[in-house]
Amino acid sequence: MTGHDHDHHHHENEHSELSETELRVRALETILTEKGYVDPAALDLLIETYETKVGPRNGARVVARAWADPAYCARLLKDATPAIAELGYAGRQGEHIVALENTPALHNMVVCTLCSCYPWPVLGLPPVWYKSASYRSRAVKDPRGVLADFGFKLPDGTDIRVWDSTAEIRYLVLPMRPVGTEDWSEERLAELVTRDSMIGTGLAKQPHEVS
Amino acid sequence: MPLDSRAALDATNAVTGIPRDAHGPVFREPWEAQAFAMAVTLHARGLFTWKEWAAALADEIKSAQASGDPDTGETYYRHWLATLEKLISAKGVTTTDTLHRYRDAWDHAADRTPHGSPIELRPDDFGN
Repeated sequence: MTGHDHDHHHHENEHSELSETELRVRALETILTEKGYVDPAALDLLIETYETKVGPRNGARVVARAWADPAYCARLLKDATPAIAELGYAGRQGEHIVALENTPALHNMVVCTLCSCYPWPVLGLPPVWYKSASYRSRAVKDPRGVLADFGFKLPDGTDIRVWDSTAEIRYLVLPMRPVGTEDWSEERLAELVTRDSMIGTGLAKQPHEVS
Repeated sequence: MPLDSRAALDATNAVTGIPRDAHGPVFREPWEAQAFAMAVTLHARGLFTWKEWAAALADEIKSAQASGDPDTGETYYRHWLATLEKLISAKGVTTTDTLHRYRDAWDHAADRTPHGSPIELRPDDFGN
């Protein structure tokens, strides 16, 4: 499914990393869950309401630039990691990002097992359903059905391709630019770019959805 | 009490200094949102009042500043996390020792988890 054949296995044997702070937060959550003080699912739901309020959400800027600047778009699709770095957004160590362009003929969707190097500075908070192994595998087997669950019906003529993130490669979906935004500034365009549109479980917002 | 963004907004209004925009709290990193959500949950369970929380957090910030914290706003949620740890220990929910033991167990779990896999805690991560 991943469809890549690059050789990026240089850190395959490396173990995961959690910062000191992340370790303490995980310790707290585990203890509070075991003691019955918090329900992890309810916690996730609350955190999910802050989806657009966590981190710099650099990916929205990257997408907006790609929409506004065809030369940048070409660089992004050719090699996303340096193109993203051009905007001053340094990835974490070993992070390699591939940009996938959505077109009327092809829709890309990304799934991920949520390892410790999820590229949240680019994509923002991951969706809660990424934690569900059964949902992720259904996304691979029946992506149209999963998209329909999210209220998004893919046109019959559009092919769909699912990409499974690996330790070496992360993906950024480049959603289609909404019509009616031809004269928009990059800043306004960025407001149309949602987390879901950057992982392919939704489309970018339409102009009437932002003020 | 339902745990919703309304409860979270109440927290933002009751506790000074929470980084926010016009709509409510904003977070620099995912762990900050987790630490915030845990405090909101414990408050909803009646473990403390926001007044109590705000006083404990103010103490934490004051002692950090006394030992040289630059207080640039970037450390706000570090103080928040330390307050959470101290307050639940003071309330008898857990102990400092237990917090350390679970922290070490998560560290062990991260160490044995290959890059690219989700990190999950197992009983044998607790060692001895």
